[in-house]
Amino acid sequence: MIGTNSQIDLPEPSPDLTRFRNRLSAGRLSFQRCDECHDAWLPPRDHCPHCLSPAFTWEDASGRARVVSWVVYHRAFHPAFADRVPYNVTVVELAEGPRLISNVVGISAADGLAIDTPLALAVETEGDVPVARFRLS
Amino acid sequence: MAHSMRGAAVIAGIGQTAHGKLPGRTPLSMTVEAVRSALRDAGVEKDAVDGVFCKYPTSTFASMYGQQVAEALGMRPRVGGVWDQGGATNISMISFAAMCIENGQCEVAIVTTADNPRTGTRQAYERAWGDDAAYGWFSTPAGYAMIAQRHMAQYGTTSEQLGAIAVACARHGAANPLAAKRTPLTLQDHQASEWVVEPLRRADCCLISDGGAAVVVMSARRAAELGVADPVPILGFGQGQESWEVALRPDLTTTAASASAQTAFTMAGVTPSDIRVAQLYDCFTITPLMILEDYGFCKKGQGGAFVENGNIEVGGQLPINTSGGLLAETGMPGMQLVIEGVRQVRGTSTSQVPGDGPCVVANQGGVMHTHSTLVLGR
Repeated sequence: MIGTNSQIDLPEPSPDLTRFRNRLSAGRLSFQRCDECHDAWLPPRDHCPHCLSPAFTWEDASGRARVVSWVVYHRAFHPAFADRVPYNVTVVELAEGPRLISNVVGISAADGLAIDTPLALAVETEGDVPVARFRLS
Repeated sequence: MAHSMRGAAVIAGIGQTAHGKLPGRTPLSMTVEAVRSALRDAGVEKDAVDGVFCKYPTSTFASMYGQQVAEALGMRPRVGGVWDQGGATNISMISFAAMCIENGQCEVAIVTTADNPRTGTRQAYERAWGDDAAYGWFSTPAGYAMIAQRHMAQYGTTSEQLGAIAVACARHGAANPLAAKRTPLTLQDHQASEWVVEPLRRADCCLISDGGAAVVVMSARRAAELGVADPVPILGFGQGQESWEVALRPDLTTTAASASAQTAFTMAGVTPSDIRVAQLYDCFTITPLMILEDYGFCKKGQGGAFVENGNIEVGGQLPINTSGGLLAETGMPGMQLVIEGVRQVRGTSTSQVPGDGPCVVANQGGVMHTHSTLVLGR
C-alpha cells in the first residue's frame, strides 16, 4: 500500500528476501544458485524456477553488471521520490546472469546510459532497507 | 483441413454504456445496462443465457464478483465466474465461452466487463512494484516505458513514430460519436506533450474511463435457430503469457503476442496479409507498435517505420483502432476493441475499412504480461 507521507511501505519480506537484505547490509550483493541444475536467479525465492528443486546455495555477486533498459521519472508516484525527479530506474543484468530493478546513481537523469553500459555495485539504504544501486564503472 | 472451431461460434450481439466520466454509476449498474443492450442487439431473450463470464473491476475488486453480476442480471447460469488476465481477459473469456459452447457446457454466453477507475480509484495503475518500490519503481506507465526504451535503443524507434500511433487513434476517435475523446492530435501536439515516465509522454498514454460493455456468444447453429440478425463468426483465437517481473524477460522487445497470434491465425487459417483491419490494444503507443511486429505485419524492429505516414490510418495499408482505441474511444480495457471488430465485419464502423477480409483484435494485460487474439470475419 502507498502511504500518504514519505515513508515507503514495502511488503512484508519473505525469509529469503530477509536473507538477501541481511547480506546486502553487509555489502554483499547475493543471488541464489540451484544445487541441482545450477541455474542462478533473483528475486529471492525458495525453489529453483528452472528445475523446481528446493536445494540452493547463496552466492556473492562480483558487483559487475550491465544496463538492459532504463526509464526516467519526471513526476513522482510517491512523496518519497518527489525531490528526486528526474531520476532513473534501470534494469541491470549481473555478470552472473540474474537481473534486478535498480537505479544508476552519480549521473543526472539517465545521462550516459545505453544498452550494455558497464556498471559497478554501490550499496545504499532507502529508509531502513539496503538497496543494490549501481554507478557507471 | 479447417480447424473444427473456425466459425463454430459467433458474436451474436454487442452492447455498451457511454464511456468517460460517469459519476454515480457502479460497475454492476453499467454491466446490466451493457448486457441489456447486447441482448437487444442480438434479439435474444435473457432466458436463453446460461453462461456469464466477467472481467473483475480494478476499482472495486471483490471476490465472487461473477456471482454478484449474475444476480444483478437475474440469471443462474450453468457456467459463470471471473477471469483475471488484466486487459487480455475479455478475448480470453470469449474464447473460453466458445469452447464451453462447443463442448455442451452452456449454449448462450454473456461476456462482460465494467469498471469506474475514472470516478473511482485508479490506484491499480499507479501502485508500487512490490519490494522494488525502494528503487522508486512505481506505476504501469513505467513498465511500458522500460520496454519502449529498450525498443528505441535497440532498433532506433523514435518518439515521433510512437506519436504516429496516437495521431491515428485520435483521428479515428474524432470520427466516432461514441468516443470519449474526439479532439484531433497532430504530431507536433504529441511532441509538445509532457513526459510521464520518459520515453513515454502524456499523449502516449491511454484514457482512463468509466464504462461497461458486453457481447453475446453462441454457436453459429444456435444463432440461426434464434434468428439472430447479424451474427459475426469467430474464426480464430489464441493466448500467450509472460513473466510477472518485466526485468526477467530475456528479450524485452518480444512479447507473448507472437504465440497468441500464431494460435489464432492457425485456427482461422489466415496470414497477416489476409487481414483487412486491426484493433490493437493501445494502452500505450508502444503496445500496438510491438503487436504489429509480433503478429508478423512487419519484421521485429520495423514497427516504427510501419506506423509512419498514415500507413495505419483509414486509407493506409493496415488501418488500426478504427473507433479510436484506448487512446481515444475509451480507456476501458479491451472489450471496446472487440465491439469495433464486430462493427467492421458488419460494415457499421464510423471509420469503415472497405473490403471483406477479416479483422484481427488484440487484447493484452498488465505490462505485456498476458495477450489474447481474436480473428473475426465471414
